[in-house]
Amino acid sequence: MQPATAWDWSPGRRVVLDDVKKCSREYEWLEEYVASPDGESLAVPANFGEEGASMVVNGEPWENIYERVWYPRYSPDGRLTALAADMGEWTMCVDDTAWENTYGFLLNTRFSATGDVIAAPVQKDGEYGWVVDDAIWETTYEFANQFAMAADGSATAAVVQNVSFGQADIFTYKKGCYSVAVNGESWGTNFINCYSPAFDAAGKSVAATVRTSLYDYTIVVDGKPWAKTWPCAWEPVFNPATGDVCAAVRMAGRWGMALNGELIWNPTFFQVWQQQFSGDGKHLYAIVSPAYGKWTVAVDGQPWAPTFGSQVTDLVVSPDGAHAAALGADAGAYAVAVDGYVWPGTFAMAWAPVFSADSEHCAAKVERRGGKFTILVDGKPYKENFDQVWDPVFSPEGDKVLIRAIDNGKYCRIVVPVRDF
Amino acid sequence: MSEQTKETKVIEDIGIDAGLEQLTEEQIEKTIMSVINAEGGTRLEAYTKTCVHCGLCSEACHYYHSHDKDPQYAPVGKVRNTMWNFLTKKGKISKEELKRAVLIAHTECNLCRRCVQYCPFGVDTAYIIALVRRIVHKLGITPQYIQDTAHSHAATFNQMWLKDDEWVDTLFWQEDEARDEIPSMRIPLEKEGADFMYSVIAPEPKFRTQLIYQAAVIFNECGLDWTMPSTTGWDNSDMCMFTGDFEMMGRLKRDHYECAQRLKVKKVVMGECGHAYRSIYDQGNRWVGWRDMPVPVIHSIQFFWELLKAGKIKVAKTIDKLATFHDPCNTVRGMGLHEMGREVAKAFYPNFVEMQPNREHNYCCAAGGGVINCGPPHKMTRVLGNRVKAEQLKATGAEVLIAPCHNCHGGLEDIIHHYKLDMEIRFLGDIIYECMEKPNAV
Repeated sequence: MQPATAWDWSPGRRVVLDDVKKCSREYEWLEEYVASPDGESLAVPANFGEEGASMVVNGEPWENIYERVWYPRYSPDGRLTALAADMGEWTMCVDDTAWENTYGFLLNTRFSATGDVIAAPVQKDGEYGWVVDDAIWETTYEFANQFAMAADGSATAAVVQNVSFGQADIFTYKKGCYSVAVNGESWGTNFINCYSPAFDAAGKSVAATVRTSLYDYTIVVDGKPWAKTWPCAWEPVFNPATGDVCAAVRMAGRWGMALNGELIWNPTFFQVWQQQFSGDGKHLYAIVSPAYGKWTVAVDGQPWAPTFGSQVTDLVVSPDGAHAAALGADAGAYAVAVDGYVWPGTFAMAWAPVFSADSEHCAAKVERRGGKFTILVDGKPYKENFDQVWDPVFSPEGDKVLIRAIDNGKYCRIVVPVRDF
Repeated sequence: MSEQTKETKVIEDIGIDAGLEQLTEEQIEKTIMSVINAEGGTRLEAYTKTCVHCGLCSEACHYYHSHDKDPQYAPVGKVRNTMWNFLTKKGKISKEELKRAVLIAHTECNLCRRCVQYCPFGVDTAYIIALVRRIVHKLGITPQYIQDTAHSHAATFNQMWLKDDEWVDTLFWQEDEARDEIPSMRIPLEKEGADFMYSVIAPEPKFRTQLIYQAAVIFNECGLDWTMPSTTGWDNSDMCMFTGDFEMMGRLKRDHYECAQRLKVKKVVMGECGHAYRSIYDQGNRWVGWRDMPVPVIHSIQFFWELLKAGKIKVAKTIDKLATFHDPCNTVRGMGLHEMGREVAKAFYPNFVEMQPNREHNYCCAAGGGVINCGPPHKMTRVLGNRVKAEQLKATGAEVLIAPCHNCHGGLEDIIHHYKLDMEIRFLGDIIYECMEKPNAV
């Protein structure tokens, strides 16, 4: 796939596939569609009955057929991946070419930010770890979960089990059997539990939440725990500019935010989580509950005025760090909020907002009641509704939006100037 | 030896006994009082000051009835030997008293809340006993098997030590099996934006895979837009709620709801489990800070009832055996699904008889509240503590016992076996799968 600057950004609609169910080979059923980032391809797993299954891209099946194909995903650089199995062994298929090696299981494919690295959590011979571009960790473990990858794909991490214990052996467990492995190498120190390993911006450091006893939680950075513990703590996040680590921590039934082990937000919230720094590291955003049963976003500890009763999710910070957007819901009615302002209208569902590269515009996919989908830009809906639509994609200049949509059995890409919303 | 005598023998549980050995008097006192002061608060104070020891709660308890009205099994008696003792002695209690308190809180009270309905002041005995369990957790003397289950939750986010690939592989296996019956059958994994996410408890993929198969057939034959996750969050169960590890309870509920939020589903349908439902609609969600359920969750009882009423489940045949219906505490006293459950049951078993008492007054199975999860050392405590249930079942003359809850199933199976009742026990999904129209089946 070409870089986004070379995509077709001519305003207007182009039908890419006039019949999304079209396939040059007879099939028994099609599964869920996925659209490529540039909107030029539509792929779908197809079942060919006794012969097996494969991917169909713009109506043409891959040459290779497998017993089972699932988890189709386009990488950010436009390569189509799918997990495929034959004879009980799994591999990764990338644009119809399987990796050389097979594995006991592959799950939930991940990509680096640019898409040049393709990886997946793996089980081989009953042991667990990461496989990165078909290279499995040198050391694998009897158990691993909570998988994380550096943004540039240069490193991978997971929570791993270092010590075996028998059935119902609660005493060995309480001594600490789990740690974090980075590129297959364990930190060495074991904890009761480890959660949510996260990389810094450079992919060099890893932080994780740990339980040092059944009752004490703290944050560990590259194997070194913070001095303080709390009755509970959530996921750590690195400041991309300074390398400092922050995490939500609980004290006396309320939540605050700690940075490098010291409180920076007083524990006044009923909940704090999913924090994100601005790119320059100067601002910290988080989903918070400032009063019981009320949810919003806080910026540097200050909550937005509007709150939602059911939930707030999908917090997104703009590339320049000056704006944030999130979804809020009250009793099944979803809305988009940006910088503390709630866009007009509620929807049956909404998806994570997307900012333009210049941070000037924000868009989101929404589902209207009745099952039709559309795209909102800066709070205004596109004039058409669709049977299916994917997340909006801004042009590199931020002045146009690519809509990838299926309607009446046709798959099309529509480029709409932002001013037309 | 009478059954009563058998029960009074010393129960050994290494989780309790080894933990007690390591405790000092100072630790016991400090821990008890810190939990009471920090977490009991006005609610505990209100209950302890309100209770007049009238004993009206006694008649509500299946343990009390099953032990010939022995007052130590009355809810007020259990509170007296646990929290009341802690309070009056200001935490200065012996290890023997503490062990007795652990056994009462974990194996002689199901937190079923039947007694709450009979208290003229609405004292929630289950809340008090749950707070005792919280103290037990903080002291590190939780019974071994339920503690192991809590450890599994903490390490794997499911209660059966299942690994991520084993979960997905099980779904593929069930999908393949089902295709022999319904060739186009799918268990759609990770389908973003589906109307429903189906979540289960870990014993289903571990021991009762046919229930996943049956649920998948129901979803497919009703033409529903549904999905299941391939990530953690698929297990909705929560034994940490019952061990008093509320921090882990919150982590589990966060994971479950975030899974639904990530998949952008409009509702979660959960399998036939009672305690998981309680964790989702009452305790886990509220610990996290959600006043209600952030994503609507409906129990299978309600789900099946709605499908039946909408004509999506069509009855192909009925079964001509006498059936009765067990009302699980968490779906009935907790959420009032008793009429829905009956209507579904009667649609397939028209020859129906009620237990007496029934609905919100029904006796607990004696397995719920985490009691069955305390494992083999405590099995006879719950079986002998529910003789009244056996009598209640026997009096119906029913051949089939319908129980839409996993823990109820486990407990009732033991009761049926021990008291030699000739009854078949079934889930609603199992019945519907057998008796519904399946237009796509070959």
